[in-house]
Amino acid sequence: MKKFLPYAIGLVMISVPFIGTPQYPLHLMIVILIWSMVYTSWSLMGRFGLVSLGHGAFMTVGAYVTALLWNYGGISPWIGIPASLLTAAALAFIVAYPCFQFRIIGHYFALVTLALSEVVRLIIMATRDYTGGSLGFTPNREGDGTSLYALQFADKETFYLVVLGGWALSLLIWKLVDRSMMRYALDAISEDEESSAAAGIYVTRTKLKITVLSAMMTALGGAFYCQYQMFVAPDVVGGIGISLQIIFAVVVGGIYTWMGPTIGAIITIMMTEIFRNIITDLRTEGIDLAGLDTTVYGLMLVLFIIFLPKGVLGELLDRLAGGRAKKQAPATQPADSG
Amino acid sequence: MTEPILAVEALVKRFGGFTAVDKVSFKVEKGEILGLIGPNGSGKSTIFNMVSGALKPTEGSVRFKGKEIGGNLPNRICHAGIGRTFQIPRPIHRLSVLENIVVAGFYGQDGIGSRKAAFEAAEQALDLVGLPTDPHARVSTLGAAGLKKLELARALATGPELLLADESLGGLDNSEMDQAADMLKRIRTEMGITIIWVEHIMGVLMRVVDRVMVLDHGEKISEGLPSEVAHDPNVIEVYLGTDSEDAQASAASGAASGTAL
Repeated sequence: MKKFLPYAIGLVMISVPFIGTPQYPLHLMIVILIWSMVYTSWSLMGRFGLVSLGHGAFMTVGAYVTALLWNYGGISPWIGIPASLLTAAALAFIVAYPCFQFRIIGHYFALVTLALSEVVRLIIMATRDYTGGSLGFTPNREGDGTSLYALQFADKETFYLVVLGGWALSLLIWKLVDRSMMRYALDAISEDEESSAAAGIYVTRTKLKITVLSAMMTALGGAFYCQYQMFVAPDVVGGIGISLQIIFAVVVGGIYTWMGPTIGAIITIMMTEIFRNIITDLRTEGIDLAGLDTTVYGLMLVLFIIFLPKGVLGELLDRLAGGRAKKQAPATQPADSG
Repeated sequence: MTEPILAVEALVKRFGGFTAVDKVSFKVEKGEILGLIGPNGSGKSTIFNMVSGALKPTEGSVRFKGKEIGGNLPNRICHAGIGRTFQIPRPIHRLSVLENIVVAGFYGQDGIGSRKAAFEAAEQALDLVGLPTDPHARVSTLGAAGLKKLELARALATGPELLLADESLGGLDNSEMDQAADMLKRIRTEMGITIIWVEHIMGVLMRVVDRVMVLDHGEKISEGLPSEVAHDPNVIEVYLGTDSEDAQASAASGAASGTAL
């Protein structure tokens, strides 16, 4: 029974666009899947204490490089997306390598990546003649709006399947990393770099690998976002705002479990939708509460970090495991035989 | 005579104006246990850190099996065949006891290649030091002695030819200290691993080691058989302090008195 559950869920998810799901829920699901993919990619490294405040930059790179190559070079996203992933990888390497080499860790690493977020945003602003600056950028439509060559789909159904695949890929990568030896190495590095190095672990190399992987997957999310919305702006996929939103969602969902970031995406995006409706309703009555959502997010983030540091899903799994362990009667205490 | 496994020559480490290690030279022959003793701040750990790559030497050379390794990165030195333990155990709490050792087995022997081999190496190392190979055992369940064994197992899993044991048995009771000393002896005889043992308690060490080197203020002040060193007036003066007769007696007899000198 339990074994077939994931397959059943997978089947249901694939069938969503074929059973006449209305456009609005479908849109929400696409957005949730794209962001889940980005959040999962962030947590690839975030769970090992490599807290990046710069993932907005990688998302920006994914979206803009793909779109710019399309509009100005006529290069299909089939080539543009790999190119944007390589750009993100290069950017991650350029920023992370000196950090890791000079042992910039913890808060200091977060600050460097925070700067990265801003630098990339400012570059988009400074090159507004090409990128449209803060007004955003719209990829050229190909033909009637549906083209496999341009990776543009007028109907949401097709795009749903595309992002479902992207999301599944990010989860697969998360799982593969989790089961690899690299996971042990990264856990060790996150606690003690010196003793890890003494045990023969390539500290810098291993950290670089996961950072580059995380950056590339995030860029893929950015590219999907732009292809879906057919519009991208620096503040929508990048900047400090998005970088913080990523962390918030992952913390809410659960940073140490593979479905945590997805749960975080569902919670935060549903909340955003609800807030948006409340704010719009109130505005028609003359009450302006713009910024309410951000305030509540901030408050929630503080509360989560204090009371639910493992996130909703992490806490839930812990409780389930705890209940099961108790049921299995006197837990065997592994004794120190020393 | 064959080439020594480790040859340290005129090793110097300066931190700003302070010279922590001043032109220390020594050799370690394959298969021996060398004791490295000295009061706190005498430069033992600094030498250790330079040999294991945690610190770069200011001057001098460190040759391992005839190859210069001074200033190499710690992971390279580990791969070359030098394992180390830390004075204060530094386990990874997020990982289980077994995983702590597996990761060392996998990465420590550069190119061991397979998970299976790493798990085997880990179980072997845990068996040797007497820790449970139960995959669910957590680090938090280990006491002081258990953590020291974990350190040792982690170093052994990397497949070293030379083991730098920063043992510092303070905090263990007498029987635990004896156990630890016997373990080092067994590691040497059963696995043929050469050992440098750093310690500031003389008693237990003197019983196990083949040779002793004594440091004070970053300089080597004596070297030789345990019985010679224990009677060296230099050592008695700077190391054993004023209470020399008692201390000398206890050191020479090799009693595991546990007196921190």
